[in-house]
Amino acid sequence: MRTLPLRRVRRQAVVGWLFVLPALLMYAAFVLQPVVLTVQYSLYRWDGVGPATFVGLSNYETVLSDPNLLGTIVNAFRLIVFFSFIPVTLGLVVASIMRRVAAGSLGTVARTVLFLPQVIPLVAAGIVWSWVLSLTGIFNQLLTALGLAGVTRAWLGDFDTALPAVGFIGAWVLLGLCIVLLLTGMTKIDPALYESARLDGANAIREFIAITIPSLRNEIAVCLTVTVIAALAAFDIVYVSTGGGPGLATMVPGLQIYVLAFSARQVGLASALAVALIVLVLVVILPIQRLGRGSVE
Amino acid sequence: MKVARSERYSGRLLLVLLMAITIVPFVSMFTTALHPSGSVPDGLSWPANPQWSNFVDAFTVANMTALLSSSLFIVLAVVPVSLVISTMAGFAIGHLRIPGWRLLLLLFVFGLTLPFEGIVTPLYYLARQMGILNTRVAIVLPLIGLFMPFAVFWMRAHFANMPPEISEAARIDGTGTWDLFWRVHVPLARPPITSLGILMSIWTWNQFLLALVLVEDPTQRTMAGALGAFQGHYATDIPLLCAGSLLILLPTLVVFLLFQHQVTTALLQGSVKG
Repeated sequence: MRTLPLRRVRRQAVVGWLFVLPALLMYAAFVLQPVVLTVQYSLYRWDGVGPATFVGLSNYETVLSDPNLLGTIVNAFRLIVFFSFIPVTLGLVVASIMRRVAAGSLGTVARTVLFLPQVIPLVAAGIVWSWVLSLTGIFNQLLTALGLAGVTRAWLGDFDTALPAVGFIGAWVLLGLCIVLLLTGMTKIDPALYESARLDGANAIREFIAITIPSLRNEIAVCLTVTVIAALAAFDIVYVSTGGGPGLATMVPGLQIYVLAFSARQVGLASALAVALIVLVLVVILPIQRLGRGSVE
Repeated sequence: MKVARSERYSGRLLLVLLMAITIVPFVSMFTTALHPSGSVPDGLSWPANPQWSNFVDAFTVANMTALLSSSLFIVLAVVPVSLVISTMAGFAIGHLRIPGWRLLLLLFVFGLTLPFEGIVTPLYYLARQMGILNTRVAIVLPLIGLFMPFAVFWMRAHFANMPPEISEAARIDGTGTWDLFWRVHVPLARPPITSLGILMSIWTWNQFLLALVLVEDPTQRTMAGALGAFQGHYATDIPLLCAGSLLILLPTLVVFLLFQHQVTTALLQGSVKG
């Protein structure tokens, strides 16, 4: 009598594992296996065609000492300012304004319009803005109309402005997502909190700092996670708008991996940089995740 | 809520300004697309002679019919399979709680933050080894694998919240696990499955890196991959580039405007859980 349920439990476990198996196989074959292979490649010098030579950790030494490769990682962090910091802070401001003044149809239209960049391919965003920021583009046209003809330039082709210009494209893409996410979070805040703050004589800015921001901890963490990954792993926008140039002014790890592996044929070095990028994203994202989980769960 | 009139107006002004920054680039692209092919017009100027034929030219040059069918093929090959296998896995991990489910979940979660660039090089050599390089299958198979962390995580969240009583009642009637899954749980899971389907369709349609690396012929790629190739070929002919880019964007824009609510909801939930 006791073996029957046990056998049933065991049978159910086997059936359950069969349910996971297809997903697990696809994941193992096309994600886990490549991760292991990347680590393996990173220990060799290989041009992708001929025989590979084992070189130990020397590719990692190159990644950590070559100023050009380190420069790509520095650029990735500079992009965080534009991809994350600007959309999250501006998103907080705009979302609180929308909550206060635009509850009606303007708010609905604004949500849709600001969300548009989130739906189109990043490649398209890159192409659109390459044209807007070009020498004859609308941005320079606007500057000239404002009497600032002196500062007009090819924004994506100038050593000083290329990286901020690329960053601006990313901010344009990610701002809408952050606004709508934060706005959704704000509607969940208990209005009584604001009432009592007002009775205590708090002004709008004080309210914003004391109530809005702490209540949105989770939403802010989500925005930061999404945007920081977008910055560190940027590829599409950079590939289309600048190709990493001028010089290496906008070269980022993702694009550098592609160039090393498929143009320079330095597969080992490309893989070492790839491992560095995978680890970097994990190291930066884990603390942000913890920040969000802390309060609510 | 009482809001001062000045605040209301300045707030609305800011919103309109932000919407303009979002829309004007597309308007600029549209007016540029109407200028004579090969010219370098100003960013925002209505042409004396709108060249509507540019759109026809771009349609032929970009080989739009081939692009559309290629992208559709890839979406139809990736999304249904991914939905079925991730829902099954999410069910086993979240609801059946099979032995070792915590470890499995952890394994899938690892993939959530993995940048595609990190594994694209070995994927190229794997595809070459399998003899699928330069075919759509080379995009389809890795994409299914790459969607698994998010999709399994997403479906698990749904199944973990399903009360066990639902299954127990069915079990008493002698229903097997397979029937329990398809007859009882899949119908109940329709909302998260729909959202996941929308998300994966958009991500597939917009996938650029895999298309760029694994398939050379633009007509065998995703829409985003084709757009990248189109830009490479016609970077000097700006009106034609603008016309072609707008055409390539059109299906996405139409779908977004039609299913706005579902798409927005799906993308929002997607980033919260991802």
